[in-house]
Amino acid sequence: MIKEKNIVRWLLSGVPLLFLLLFFIAPSLIIVFTSFRFPGEFGGLAPLIAPMGTVDVEHGLTLEAYQFFFSDTLYVRVFIKSLQVAVVTTLICLIMSYPLALLIARSKERLRNIMLLLVVLPFASNFLIRIYAWVIILDPESALSYFINLILNLVGISPVIFLFSPFAVLLGMVYVHLPFMILPLYINLEKHDPILLDAAQDLGASHWKCFWYITWPLSISGVSSGIVLVFISALGMFAVPDILGGTGDILIGNLIKDQFISTRDWPFGAVLSIMLALTILLIIGLGAYFLRRLRKRNYAT
Amino acid sequence: MRHSHSKLWIAGALVYIFLYTPLAIVVIYSFNDSKLNTEWVGFTLSWYEALFNNKEMLIAVCNSLIIAISSSFGATILGTMAGLAIHRYKLRVLSILFFAPIAMPEILLGVSLLLFFLQVLNLTLGMVSIIIAHTTFCIGFVAIIVKSRLQDMDESIFESARDLGASSWQCFHLVTLPLIMPAMVAGALMSFTLSIDDFIITFFTKGVGDPILPIQIYTMIKVAVTPEVNAISTLLMLLTLFTIIIGIKLSSSFLYVRKNNEST
Repeated sequence: MIKEKNIVRWLLSGVPLLFLLLFFIAPSLIIVFTSFRFPGEFGGLAPLIAPMGTVDVEHGLTLEAYQFFFSDTLYVRVFIKSLQVAVVTTLICLIMSYPLALLIARSKERLRNIMLLLVVLPFASNFLIRIYAWVIILDPESALSYFINLILNLVGISPVIFLFSPFAVLLGMVYVHLPFMILPLYINLEKHDPILLDAAQDLGASHWKCFWYITWPLSISGVSSGIVLVFISALGMFAVPDILGGTGDILIGNLIKDQFISTRDWPFGAVLSIMLALTILLIIGLGAYFLRRLRKRNYAT
Repeated sequence: MRHSHSKLWIAGALVYIFLYTPLAIVVIYSFNDSKLNTEWVGFTLSWYEALFNNKEMLIAVCNSLIIAISSSFGATILGTMAGLAIHRYKLRVLSILFFAPIAMPEILLGVSLLLFFLQVLNLTLGMVSIIIAHTTFCIGFVAIIVKSRLQDMDESIFESARDLGASSWQCFHLVTLPLIMPAMVAGALMSFTLSIDDFIITFFTKGVGDPILPIQIYTMIKVAVTPEVNAISTLLMLLTLFTIIIGIKLSSSFLYVRKNNEST
């Protein structure tokens, strides 16, 4: 009996564990290993051990790719720009999602399910199509562009092209990430007890005060999980700038993609991926640290 | 209270408009009788016709369906096992490992799998590599759903089954499995839509041979935008809508059966 229990235990945890060790942990380690190799002459990787009969072939391990990353400020600049875009995207998502999440959470149950479904539906439609839709809307010859430029013309401002601009990238980023913010916010806000707000109002607190002293502090855990979801995904995004951005709107994701698809400089691509992972870990770590300090301070008062 | 509620309604309505306008425009232009996506000319179904005559696109749809079905099947089995293991044995390492693929940017998962397949496994990229990649990132989603379902359940059900003399296999097969079935179905459907929808991981783990739907769409958008893209988009929206409705119907029918069982 005990034996059977043990077998079940090993099977249940062992099989999925093995799968993920093989296809998640091992690949992650391979990235680290690749970052210390030489790039191959025709893309890919140079051999670890020099082939027989050749002398001047690069082989073995090196820090070259790391040196290359820091040799030019270009790459660091792209990282900083990607961080800015990710932060702004996250903030806009938060500002847009909060009222809607609050509204859904405070609606009657029947209505609530329909409203939630309406949030999830566009999320379920194809990712590329959601980006592509903005190509149609922002096209220089589209009705919207025409209308806006007509107004700008009246005021005396020269026409603006929206497509392939940083503005288009930001718009697309917000659009594809919005549900990532709405859902965790809703899950949190839905648990709030309305009695708290009633009590505060009976004691004469204004709407704003109710929000600032009750709803907002209680929703911090929902807010932070929304921020984490949007931020991580936004920082590694390459499809949005690829489709909606111009040549100057490259983000980390595009850099990484290019190293593996067009330039085929694998070691440098691996270095960029590691830098992306480290940036995310650092920022999430810092965020968690400040959140904990904030909590402690709140408990103290 | 009423006053602030109406402000919320306005803000919420604006977000819904923001969410739906782009999709509505794609659907409308899929019926537009013009090669350009700029103005409405007249109603036509010719883009759908062109789509159904596009052999490569049809193969891509079939390939993507095969990938989605296989990977959601794999992810459901592995994810259910993972969910059960996390719930029963409360191993922190296990849950961190299972959920990590969800928490990292998809591009990193794509790149690392690309390097792994080519360097270590010496695998020719293609359908198999995509199926493995999709399974990897879907496991966590299934595990979360199954685990939260298990958490909501009353432990005493299992204890009473044991007390009544059920073997551990009977206990699993007759009690646990029917109870977590809705979660497994939800997980499978979620994996299916995630897989059909996924572009980033597919982009890195795809081979040169077989056309895959998201990659076909990507080339259409990047290289030659024709309203055919609108038509395939509309059909895909219908497919996901259909999957979601099935999901809701199935899970509510499971609930219905359970309620009936409870009342008798």
